[in-house]
Amino acid sequence: MPIFLSSQRLVAVLSGIALAAMVGCKPSPASQPLPTSKTDQLHPVVINDPPRLSSIESGATDPRGAPTRVACQTCHALRQSNPLPASMEGLTTFHQHMVFKHGDSTCTSCHVEGRHDRIHLANGKQLPLTEALSLCAQCHGPQYRDYQHGSHGGMNGYWDRQRGPRTRNHCVDCHDPHAPQIPAVMPAAPPRDRFLHAGAEKTPHE
Amino acid sequence: MSETPKRRVALKVLGATLGAGAFARTMAPLASWSKDLSMGEFLQKHYSEMTPEEMQGVLRRLESDTKREYGRDVNIRDIRPTEGVEFGYALNLSVCIGCRKCAEACHNENNHDRSTNNSYIRVLEMEQGSFDMEKGNTTYTHAVPAPGKYYMPVQCQQCNNPPCVNVCPVQATWKEPDGIVVVDYNWCIGCRYCEAACPYHARRFNWTKPEIPAEEINPDQAYLSNRIRPQGVMEKCTFCLHRTREGRLPACLEACPTGARVFGNLLDPNSEIRWVLANKRVFVLKEDLGTEPRFFYFFDE
Repeated sequence: MPIFLSSQRLVAVLSGIALAAMVGCKPSPASQPLPTSKTDQLHPVVINDPPRLSSIESGATDPRGAPTRVACQTCHALRQSNPLPASMEGLTTFHQHMVFKHGDSTCTSCHVEGRHDRIHLANGKQLPLTEALSLCAQCHGPQYRDYQHGSHGGMNGYWDRQRGPRTRNHCVDCHDPHAPQIPAVMPAAPPRDRFLHAGAEKTPHE
Repeated sequence: MSETPKRRVALKVLGATLGAGAFARTMAPLASWSKDLSMGEFLQKHYSEMTPEEMQGVLRRLESDTKREYGRDVNIRDIRPTEGVEFGYALNLSVCIGCRKCAEACHNENNHDRSTNNSYIRVLEMEQGSFDMEKGNTTYTHAVPAPGKYYMPVQCQQCNNPPCVNVCPVQATWKEPDGIVVVDYNWCIGCRYCEAACPYHARRFNWTKPEIPAEEINPDQAYLSNRIRPQGVMEKCTFCLHRTREGRLPACLEACPTGARVFGNLLDPNSEIRWVLANKRVFVLKEDLGTEPRFFYFFDE
């Protein structure tokens, strides 16, 4: 988790703004998290600004073996972007290592031709790449609704925002936007309960 | 005539010898007392009967005990419930991937014994389509999520009607006003009745003195939660009350990489937990037992 916390940005601030702005199913203008409290007394909810929105895996590792990332600007500031291809086979020079497994989406479903730092909604409205949350929400309504109600996506900090702030994961903290299914992981070590081991010391009570 | 007093004296001497022997035998535990039991610990009152001053004395003694036995400076507090707060926890089975990060976070947060890799959370790997918890596997070591499986972490359900509390013969465990079932580790006699009474396998017994390297000890501790437990007493999940009673989220929730866990105040109608209860398909484990858990499971659509 600390990796997420390293580059926070105040995207959504007080609940009145961010949390109530959408709430898919409920058109009511604002929902106060606590009825007894005033909004200005609540600590903010901060959504992570994940590295995926401003950099890309370089394919190389650092001396300790950890994968490294390169800022989009490193290349895109210097050279004109190639036209966005219709499919991944059309990538001939860059980004070929990336895995694309996101339904029938193509590059231009989300990306803006010629603008590496912008995305567009279905209605054509352009947004900075960092506001990808609203882009995801267009198709993944139930997940976004759950996210707004704190039941999708991890968080850190305080359950009681009268006493402290909260940090929320961004969609792409966990999901690779180009292949959103979360890959299989190795679990943490299992318990070593005495009763789980055949060779464990036996006592009359077990 | 001279025979009788002799026999009387002999009987008196015999009786005195037996009496002295019995007395010595009775008092024998006192000889080894100082080794693992201080006078302060022996005379300590039940949690609910201690004055604030007495509690402060106990906390300082426990801190110095920890320093002496584990080589670490810790801060042990007595944190009381907040009025108007009853905790609830919900877990989304649709997104849990069985990574055991919650169990690992619990292990570290709550100063569990390292040798048993103990945790208040067991993650059951279950067959999809089945709900037979007897067949749940807790020791899987393959990549997760495995095909055809789903994962169900189980920890203390903080029952509103806790059978573990009812069976305790010495009232060393009880339900707090905010719903958390706690143990006074210094009052527990280690009979393990509560472990047997719990239908969720949520209680643990300290068979040995917990082993934790000094540098791994979490120094942020509370009397009723994560202070290092003595040998021979029961322990259980406390919803991280040393965190949650100060408004923070429990360690298992913060560690969850999929956001499967939702925590909050059941009495606050606008809390996340209340939204889940109102809008998701929610159930509790072994509802038929009437334990009324405060821990809920739910599915997405």
